Amino acid sequence: MSGKSHAKLTNDLLRPLEQTSWRFYLLVAFLASIVAMGLGTWAYQMYMGFGMTGINMPVYWAFYITNFVFWIGISHAGTLISAILRLVNAGWRRPVTRCAEVITAFALMIGAMFPIIHLGRPWLFFWLMPYPNQRMIWPNFRSPLVWDFFAISTYLTGSVLFLFLPMIPDFALIRDRATGLRRTIYGALALGWRGTTKQWHRLETAMQIMAIAIIPVAVSVHTIVSFDFSMAPVPMWHSTMFGPYFVAGAIFSGIAGLIIAMAALRKFLHLEAYLHPVHFENLGKLLLMMSMLWAYFVFAERLTTWFGNDTAEMNVFYVTQRGSFSPLYWTMIVCNFVIPFTILAIRKLRTIGGCVIASFGVCIGMWLERFLIVVPSLSHKYLPYSCGHYRPRPVEIMITIATFAAMTLLYTLFSKFVPIISIWELKAGDHPSPALYPSPSHEHALGETHA
Amino acid sequence: MAVDLDTCTGCGACVTACHAENNIPTVGADQAGRGRAMHWIRVERYWEGEFPDVRLKFRPVMCQQCDAAPCEPVCPTYASHHTDEGLNAQVYNRCIGTRYCANACPYNVRFFDFFNPQWPKPLNVQLNPDVSIREVGVMEKCTFCVQRISAAEISAKAEKRGVKDGEIQPACAQSCSAKALVFGDLNDPDSEVSRLSRSERGSKLLDELGTMPKITYLSKQTQA
Repeated sequence: MSGKSHAKLTNDLLRPLEQTSWRFYLLVAFLASIVAMGLGTWAYQMYMGFGMTGINMPVYWAFYITNFVFWIGISHAGTLISAILRLVNAGWRRPVTRCAEVITAFALMIGAMFPIIHLGRPWLFFWLMPYPNQRMIWPNFRSPLVWDFFAISTYLTGSVLFLFLPMIPDFALIRDRATGLRRTIYGALALGWRGTTKQWHRLETAMQIMAIAIIPVAVSVHTIVSFDFSMAPVPMWHSTMFGPYFVAGAIFSGIAGLIIAMAALRKFLHLEAYLHPVHFENLGKLLLMMSMLWAYFVFAERLTTWFGNDTAEMNVFYVTQRGSFSPLYWTMIVCNFVIPFTILAIRKLRTIGGCVIASFGVCIGMWLERFLIVVPSLSHKYLPYSCGHYRPRPVEIMITIATFAAMTLLYTLFSKFVPIISIWELKAGDHPSPALYPSPSHEHALGETHA
Repeated sequence: MAVDLDTCTGCGACVTACHAENNIPTVGADQAGRGRAMHWIRVERYWEGEFPDVRLKFRPVMCQQCDAAPCEPVCPTYASHHTDEGLNAQVYNRCIGTRYCANACPYNVRFFDFFNPQWPKPLNVQLNPDVSIREVGVMEKCTFCVQRISAAEISAKAEKRGVKDGEIQPACAQSCSAKALVFGDLNDPDSEVSRLSRSERGSKLLDELGTMPKITYLSKQTQA
């Protein structure tokens, strides 16, 4: 690989950092205003009282918990996928990993907001943490919500580290090209990186350790999120299957989120030379597999419930299967299985556009899945006297919209300040020209494709 | 506590007495329509049979004070916890409003303060000074009138004697004209409530869930 093409690669990938169009400011202003409205809505909810939401007796958890589980699920895009691809040393991972890891960090931050937003007294959220206090009161370690706190904070710390480590050489690269304040800031972020052999060696070792350590953490996080439900004796929640079911669903929606983000980056940052159809095709295959796995879990859950024929569970079963929640339920099946399976199983349709359509379907379907786990069970518990119903109110809808804007905003800002494709990793992979790529249909799923 | 379903007339005096004793806010028609009415004790009505041969059954349901209460382990802050006396206590000041306890409760007897409490006049001048008012964002539920239990225990201790059976009456039991609600010490095998709890007519609500409720329902006696 010649130095000239390395220079082009550096210029291409640093262009978003060095040139800013008016469209960027417009987009940021638009997204920031939605986020500000969301924060305002939250303040309004706190000021007026929690009753501004649609929550009632017995549906005490609804939109906020749905969003919580959904965003924690999306966060599995990154770290888990990129860690696995790094460990198996899949060559095509190189332009993908950072896009994925950033999703993890931001989706976790957004997801972790929801247990606080949903509190009756959010200003006391720190009572969930063990902190030194005069009264010697600990949190209740038997509560899955406390486990959540530990799981999410561990995962957030781990995935921020995992994101930051491979950014160090790129920060150093920016530092060396910049002047003034920019140089100072990126210099501080580069942590004194000089590119010595010793430093490279340590970076590789640290990344290897993190890639291995983060996988069990990621699996445990969504298992523990599922325990929030399965630990309570509520019909259709109290299931031994929820752990793996939630983890599979999380990876499923995570891949979908990643595909959408990559397609947007490719289009708006003109990264066609780096994010090739083959990347989408490979992730599409992964999405296809997860779609089938998800369908298997739903089938197993539904069949065992139906066969067990428990009165309380059958109430929830029928209310989703053919009762008032059935339109949402069947939309979920179509979005999560019918659409992605049809598109992704047919090679001709497994294009970038096809993958993006399937991914949007999966994001909608997985959000509905979480909603359908939370609400129908709570509205149909044991005593028919206290069955209820739920309808979201504007406060909840606004905050939900604001989280999607927040994710897009954080992602946009990140890709403005950090090269969204890891420059040094591409160089290390000796990135060939697209002409040398095998066509997507002949691409191998894993492994070094261009030795 | 024992609840005799045979004598319960469904009059609702217990519900009213409970509201008055425990400073339970009246949420108003609009909020009640949204499913936010707060009744620490409620009288469930069940219709049986086909018209015109229908029968109406009443079942007063309040916190079952479970021995293996699902609400307790899930609370992250110990707001919901078990006291030495076996009561299922709720510490309002410690509650941060995750509402997890209410989801875990199979009886749906835990209530959330969606707004700061309000009482229409003249209810605002009859508040009980022995019971704290709950602010927005916390859970509340039947306490078995813990303020009355404590008062009786304190006066018994002052008189250097034990608490007598029947000395403590929660507001619901006190106001029950049919004497369908009987409160007492289950640890004392000779108490009225222990005797009733051993009755062949006795059963626990949702017994199959293994929550070990302390309330025994005595079934309706069939007409010969």
